[in-house]
Order: sequence, then C-alpha cells, then structure tokens
Amino acid sequence: MGKINVKAEGLEKNYGKVQAVRSVSFEVEEGELFGLIGPDGAGKTSIFRMLASLILPDSGTVRVAGFDPVKQYQDVRRRIGYMPGRFSLYQDLSVEENVQFFASVFGTSLSENYELVADIYRQIEPFRDRKAGALSGGMKQKLALCCALIHKPEVLLLDEPTTGVDPVSRKEFWQMLKRLKTKGISVVVSTPYMDEAGLCDRIALIQKGKILRIDAPERISESFPFGLWLLRAREMFALLTSLRKYPHAQSAYSFGEDIHFVFQKGKENPEALKEYLQGLAFKDLEIREGKPTIEDCFMAMDS
Amino acid sequence: MKRLLAFIQKEVWHILRDFRTLVVVFGLPVIQVLIFGFAIRNEVENVPVVFCDKSGDAVTQAVISKVLAGGNFVYAGNISREEAAVEVFRRGEAKAAVVFGSDFGKRYHGGESPQVQFLIDASDPNTATTIRNYLTGILKGFLKQKQEEKGLQNPMLMVPEVRMLYNESLSSAKLFVPGILVVILLVVSAMITSLSLTREKEIGTMEVLLASPLRPWTIILGKLAPYLLISFFNACVILALGFVVFNVPVKGSLGLLFAESLLFVLVALALGVFLSTTSRSQQEALMKSLFALLMPSILLSGFLFPIANMPLPLQALSTLMPARWFIVILRAIMLQGTGIEAFWQETLILAAMAVLLVAASIKKFKIRLEE
Repeated sequence: MGKINVKAEGLEKNYGKVQAVRSVSFEVEEGELFGLIGPDGAGKTSIFRMLASLILPDSGTVRVAGFDPVKQYQDVRRRIGYMPGRFSLYQDLSVEENVQFFASVFGTSLSENYELVADIYRQIEPFRDRKAGALSGGMKQKLALCCALIHKPEVLLLDEPTTGVDPVSRKEFWQMLKRLKTKGISVVVSTPYMDEAGLCDRIALIQKGKILRIDAPERISESFPFGLWLLRAREMFALLTSLRKYPHAQSAYSFGEDIHFVFQKGKENPEALKEYLQGLAFKDLEIREGKPTIEDCFMAMDS
Repeated sequence: MKRLLAFIQKEVWHILRDFRTLVVVFGLPVIQVLIFGFAIRNEVENVPVVFCDKSGDAVTQAVISKVLAGGNFVYAGNISREEAAVEVFRRGEAKAAVVFGSDFGKRYHGGESPQVQFLIDASDPNTATTIRNYLTGILKGFLKQKQEEKGLQNPMLMVPEVRMLYNESLSSAKLFVPGILVVILLVVSAMITSLSLTREKEIGTMEVLLASPLRPWTIILGKLAPYLLISFFNACVILALGFVVFNVPVKGSLGLLFAESLLFVLVALALGVFLSTTSRSQQEALMKSLFALLMPSILLSGFLFPIANMPLPLQALSTLMPARWFIVILRAIMLQGTGIEAFWQETLILAAMAVLLVAASIKKFKIRLEE
C-alpha cells in the first residue's frame, strides 16, 4: 500500500439548515485516481473546497499531502493543484499568458515541469495565442488542467472537470488523468457521469452529503444484489408506465435506449412479466438480461 | 517578489485589453472637468437690467454707461417708478433694476453721498449675490474716482477696497478644477481597484488564487501598483486640462504637486481595495464607491460648501474625508504657491490614511472563500 495523500475523517459541513456534507470519511493513496460520484447538490464541491483549504469544515479532520488545510493552509496550497467546477482562468488572457501566470504564482516555469504537462500542453499549444475565453469547452478544461499541474502538485483536486465537455474531449481528458497516476500524483475527481466512474481506481458514491459506498467500480457493479432486465418496445413511455404499475416491480427507469427493470426480492419471473406486457399489446417487445452498471447500483442504493 | 511582478504583469494585460474600462477611466474625468469648467460658473454675463432715473442728469448717464460698459449687463429699458421693477422681473425682462435718487447729480457734485437703490431678482440667490457684487463694485469705483479728484475726505464716501486674493476675478474654474480633480480622482481610483478585485470574485478566478500560495499582500500590492500609474496619469490629464483650457495656474512647485497627487491617488486606491474586501460583487463595490465616496466627498470636503459653516458632527465627519485634506493642499500649491511648510500636517494625515488603509485591507483580506 502506498502513502496516504488525502485523508478525510468525519467531515461535516452545514450551510444554515442545509447539511451539505454529513460524516464523510475517505482516503486516497499516492498515484490513485479516486472518484466522487453523485448527482448535482450531493456535496461534492463542498468536499473539494474543504480539501483545498477554501472553506472550513464544521467538524471532522482533513489531511492533504500530510498537512491540515485548516491550520497549515499555506503548506497545503503549495502542494495541491485545484480545478474548480466553474472555468476559473482569465478569459481575457491568452493560453500562453495563463500558463505563464500560474507558473509564476507557484514560483516555477513551464520549462521546469514541462515533462509533466507536455502531453496536455502539446494539445493546447496550437492555440497558444488565443484568448482563453475563445477556446472550446474541452480546450478550456485542458488548459485549466495544465495550469493546475504546472507546479507538480502532490494532490490534484478536479471538481467536475468534464461537465459540459464533448464526448471525444472527455475521453482524452480521462486518458490524461490515467497517465498522471503513473507519476505518483493522487487525483481526486468528481463527476456526475456514471460512465466515467468506471475509469477510476476507486469511487465513493455520494448522495445528499453522505457517502453511500466506497469501492472499486467493478466491485460495486458486481455486488448489485438483483437481476437486471433490459426492456424495449416501440411505445417506450407507455412501457415505462406499465412496468411501474406491475405488482412485482422494485424499480423501472429509462437508461439510454432501454428501460432497466428490477423485480422485487424473490419475485423474479421474466416469463410472467412477458405475458403481462404481451397482454397489453406492446409492439416489438424485447426482454433480455443485462449487466448492471454503476448507475444501476446508484439507483438501487438511493431507493 | 517574482510573484508580485507576475501579478502586476497580469493586471497590465487585463487593463490594456479592457478598452471600455480604459475609455471610462480616462474619458469620464475629461468630460467632467469640461462640464464643470464650462457649464457651472459663478460669473454672470449679459444680465438684463432696467434703470429708474429720477435724477436724469449727466452724472446718472455716466453711471449707466459704466454699468453697461463691462459686458456683464445689457440695457433692458427704463421704468418710471421703482415699484414697476417687480412687474419687469415677473415678466422676466430684467433681473436687476438700478434706481437713482431724485437729486443724485446734485449730491454727487456737492460732495454728499448720492442715493441709489438696487433691486435684484433673487429667485436664484447665487446669481443675485454676484449681480449685487458687480453693481456695488461699479458704483463704488465711480464714487471713489470722484473722491480722489476732489481730494475729499468725507467719511460718507469712504469706500473699502476689496481684493480677492489668489482668484481676483473669482473665476469658477479656479474653484472647480482642484475640487473636481480631487473628487474624480478619488472615485475613479477607488472604483477601478474595487471593481478589479470583486471581478475576480465574480468570475471565480479568486477561488484559484486563494488555492494558490499567493499571499494577501501580494494580491493587494499587485492590484495597487498598476492602477497607481493609471490614476497618476489621470491626475496629470486633469491638471493639464485645467491649465490649458481654464488657465488654472500652478503657482507652486510642480514636483510637489505631482508628489502630493501620487500620495492622494494611493489613498484612493487603498480605499477601493478596502471597499472590495467587504463586497462580494462588482455591483456592490460600485454602489459602495458611489454612495460612500462620491456624495460625502463632494458635500463634506469643503469643495462646494465651507467646512466651518457645518454643524460640528459633520465637521468631525469631514476630517475622515481624504478629499478634504487634498483640496487644502491643492489650493495651496496651485493658487497660493506655498510650499510644504504650509500643509505638512495635511500631507501627514494623507500618508497615515494610506498606510492604515493598506494595512487594514491586508488584514481584512479573506484567505478563504466567503460562504
């Protein structure tokens, strides 16, 4: 086991009466890609800000790169790279100027750590004279990642780096994160996209400020306690409504082109379901067994 | 130090690219000075005046032509009785009436004090006062001339000789240019720094700056330095405008004037930084600089209204206005031509304000996000 680079214990954060973060604990090792997975408003941003020493927890303790963000915030800030959820670079400065500024802020230069950011910088280099505000969403995020990495941080905190980014750029972005792991950097990344969860080493599923479960993504999907059935018909909406009315239904929800359906415990009987649906005269009805995804696990834990 | 330089460079990039703000920063003061200088004046010109000449002799004729000679007054007719003046005023045909006593010429030649009455439309008291001063001046000059000719020492004819030192012609530009310089510099300087800091909060870059090892003093000095240069340049533009367009002189040392302006600009910028530490949005910062700085600076700095006439609590409040002290300094250097010995106290007060404001801003600067 490697060095623990991030350690949160019993973190709590309230905004007035709203409990944004409730007794959150997790650890991230050196060179680990750790995902915080959850919908909007789950408390992910608050957790990031507490790790980055930007807000103070109401209770609980945090260590980031061996320092306490509450008392030793200067030490923490020297060792982290932080990318907030909103694009937060200077839009009126060019790509090169942004990189140059953030390098100087951390007392370094592009050439000093070029080897670390080379991958990313090469992709944005063709646009070096363009204003950051005029970049596409994907390019903006690559630039932000480059600025957050410029000083070779021990811990990289990325708050929803791929939200609003096209699928191709998202893929490229995650490939970059994978490569960073090999340099020993601990990466904490949050995302509302369940498909990205599978790319992390370990993930924490978060809902309403609480961590539901922490594990490797494949172990989470393997542990799905029910059989999952995928259904499809020409009249999808009517199908969803009928499935929800079915007496032995545990849950039914749209997922891509299918409807994911789970039977109540011990009531699993796909033949009976087929008969029920055929009785309702659905056209082109298809029923097949499916492999549960992280999202299915999330839905199951949530309900 | 390298970080500070990088920060300053970043600010310079922002400034040079934000053309609209540059136009406001440099255009606004120029427009303001021109408006104040040209439109708002205390001088009166072409005031219509009627005469009621009960004496009707050569002496009154001489006085009338003297009144009309200066260009300040124009002839608007004769009236037979002084009561008629009210009608003329009401119809708006004249703003003043000069009524000569029935034996004006006789008394004048006899060395007695001749009788004359001015009726002035005081619905605008400021203009009325100016008209009265002009008319009195003309008449006194006339009588004094006579007195000297005859070598008389008649006490009835004794006329005090008044000179308005440093602004002989009571030109309003000489009053307004230093005042406007102060108020505009204060507000524009405070506004640009407070807007630039709150802008970083609004667009989210402050979050990244906070999560970096930058110290509050680096951020604050990095904001102050480039704007110090801009505001100082602004001060020079206003001064040059006052000199070229309105003939406002600089009688004292130009170097001293620049040094004091730089000090004042620093106070104003620090004030802006201080305001921004308590504002979350640009709008809030803008409102604060307008309401907390603009109005009090105009009203309480002695720019328009004499401080000595204010009730004590307001006088006390006025001591907190940096503008109050700088106006004293400016008038001393520009109009009186005195040196630092005349206003070293005011200079010290401004210096103390600058130090206090910068220190308070660094101390108040939030090292974490505001919730």
